[in-house]
Amino acid sequence: MGILEVKGVNKRFGGLQALGDVNLSVTENTCHAIIGPNGAGKSTLLNCLVGKLIPDSGSVMFDGQSVLGRKPFEINQMGISRVFQTPEIFADLSVLENVLIPCFAKRDGAFRMHAVEQVSSEAELRDMALHMLEDVNMADKRDHHAGTMSRGDKRRLEMAMCLVQKPKLLLLDEPTAGMARADTNNTIDLLKKIRDRRDITMCIIEHDMNVVFSMAERITVLAQGTPLVEDTPDNIKGHPKVREAYLGEAQV
Amino acid sequence: MLGLNRKDTTLLIAVAILTMFAPIILNPFPVDSAMAQFNAGYPDLMQRFVIFGIFAIGFNILFGLTGYLSFGHAAFLGVGSYSAVWMFKLLSMNVLPAILLAVLISGVFALVIGYVSLRRSGIYFSILTLAFAQMSFNLAYSVLTPITNGETGLQLSLDDPRILDGAGSAGSLPVTNLFGLEMRATETVNLGPWSWDFSAGYYVCALIMLAAFYLSVRIFRSPFGLMLRAVKSNQQRLNYTGLNSRPYTLAAFVISGMYAGLAGGLLASMDPLAGAERMQWTASGEVVLMTILGGAGTLIGPVLGAGFIKYFENIFSKINDNVLHTWFAVLPDGIEDFLVTIVHPFVGKGWHLTLGLMFMLVVIFLPGGLVEGGQRIGRLFRRRKGKQTDAEADASKTPAE
Repeated sequence: MGILEVKGVNKRFGGLQALGDVNLSVTENTCHAIIGPNGAGKSTLLNCLVGKLIPDSGSVMFDGQSVLGRKPFEINQMGISRVFQTPEIFADLSVLENVLIPCFAKRDGAFRMHAVEQVSSEAELRDMALHMLEDVNMADKRDHHAGTMSRGDKRRLEMAMCLVQKPKLLLLDEPTAGMARADTNNTIDLLKKIRDRRDITMCIIEHDMNVVFSMAERITVLAQGTPLVEDTPDNIKGHPKVREAYLGEAQV
Repeated sequence: MLGLNRKDTTLLIAVAILTMFAPIILNPFPVDSAMAQFNAGYPDLMQRFVIFGIFAIGFNILFGLTGYLSFGHAAFLGVGSYSAVWMFKLLSMNVLPAILLAVLISGVFALVIGYVSLRRSGIYFSILTLAFAQMSFNLAYSVLTPITNGETGLQLSLDDPRILDGAGSAGSLPVTNLFGLEMRATETVNLGPWSWDFSAGYYVCALIMLAAFYLSVRIFRSPFGLMLRAVKSNQQRLNYTGLNSRPYTLAAFVISGMYAGLAGGLLASMDPLAGAERMQWTASGEVVLMTILGGAGTLIGPVLGAGFIKYFENIFSKINDNVLHTWFAVLPDGIEDFLVTIVHPFVGKGWHLTLGLMFMLVVIFLPGGLVEGGQRIGRLFRRRKGKQTDAEADASKTPAE
């Protein structure tokens, strides 16, 4: 029984069957990759997990509880954090403030009327945020305006914001998309470091096969909204069905 | 000091000094001089400065922090005024209970209107708040006449019950007071050609504004304020970070509604009548202008913007053709008439034109408002000073070499 159990999930947009009877089981504290050609339904599946979309049918269980019908903030409070395809950060705030906000969310819950306390006197959370920034090598940038940084930095910041909450499940939507080579390598190193601590489950969507094969312990291949195969990276590499999905039958 | 960092403490002290000495600062010109008409140090106008300052500070908590642009905040101003006047009619001429009720009732109003309006964001939120405010305005004018006294406006009358101090007022309308201190009491000090008015009403308003300003600084620096800024920056990220943005925005809306109610209550405390026109959309638009002109999202901007607009409204609008003729009297007749004709549309009744132009200039060249202008000037000076010290350092180096 995995920490995340997706059973028979269907999602239809008008005439398009985006997800058709998707089953997925992610084991606790492993790294699970979901790959597939464009339009396979990877992002739709992720959106169903975080409450952005509600599936037409099926069930999504996380840690023994259903996530369906819950709002995104409730699902996050259950322990699921998400890194977006294009970095979603608080562009108008400083780097440190960006990391402080999830610290407050973790400690105080979804809402607390803390209008009299001062941010500057929250030493404990500040230390927590600074530690996290050191972990992702951004401590020197803590007073930078988050919106002015490079894409790679924004991505690392977003990961720091997710990791500082110590989520049980981290969802990563193409974490290296549009990154320079050096940034990609840094990101892989960071993700590997997190994986090897074995205290967090990762579910990663990725196009870059380098990233997938160096990170994942299980891989699910989606095509046209349905899972083709689920196996270890070694078995996936030469799988005829996977080649077919990616390259088309004629070239096999 | 008071739980603020050094920079904020300095700002607070500066604002405190400026408001406390405003009667002197705003009357820089001797009474008999030609410039006397630019003096703004009379109680009525000074009260307006600080009261609309409170209104704008509160508006800024919503608009400056969360980015939600309310176009109906005058409704809370009006509700505050009506509540205060009713308190004067029913309970006592003491301003304290009136102000408390004004804040309370406008808070309840803001809770209801905010709860509905905040279901939408962006332009739809603005339209919803505008609709609510216009609804309140029209109701106050028509159906709610028993409560608002319709077109005439709600006023005191001799047969008001005034449970606590109704007995003392025989023959003439009583005046508002704070535990006996009459709001209209004014001490005039003459020093040489200058004359300064120290009004009790102004100082009550000014002290309340200082408290309101201090509270807003605390909110800006609190975790709550941080969350509000996060709402403005990226609401989606906030929701995926486990925070529910709805109660945060609603709390900000209610707080800013209560600030508006406080301002409305103070307006009625200084002059105990309340009319529906206080709720009209132009009044809502005015506070938006004040905040943007001064600098939305800055601490002091809204107060500056409020002062700026109220100064224009009251001083520029008084410059009529006669005044212009006396100004240009030294010039030959033809040129004098020509200049008067040119300047005429910009002053007197045309003051809106000048204000509009100023507003356009600020928005185009200083998107951060007057505060940004101040910062730029400050930087310019610092740079020059920096260059000078560099030059001096160079100069002192050269002979040594």
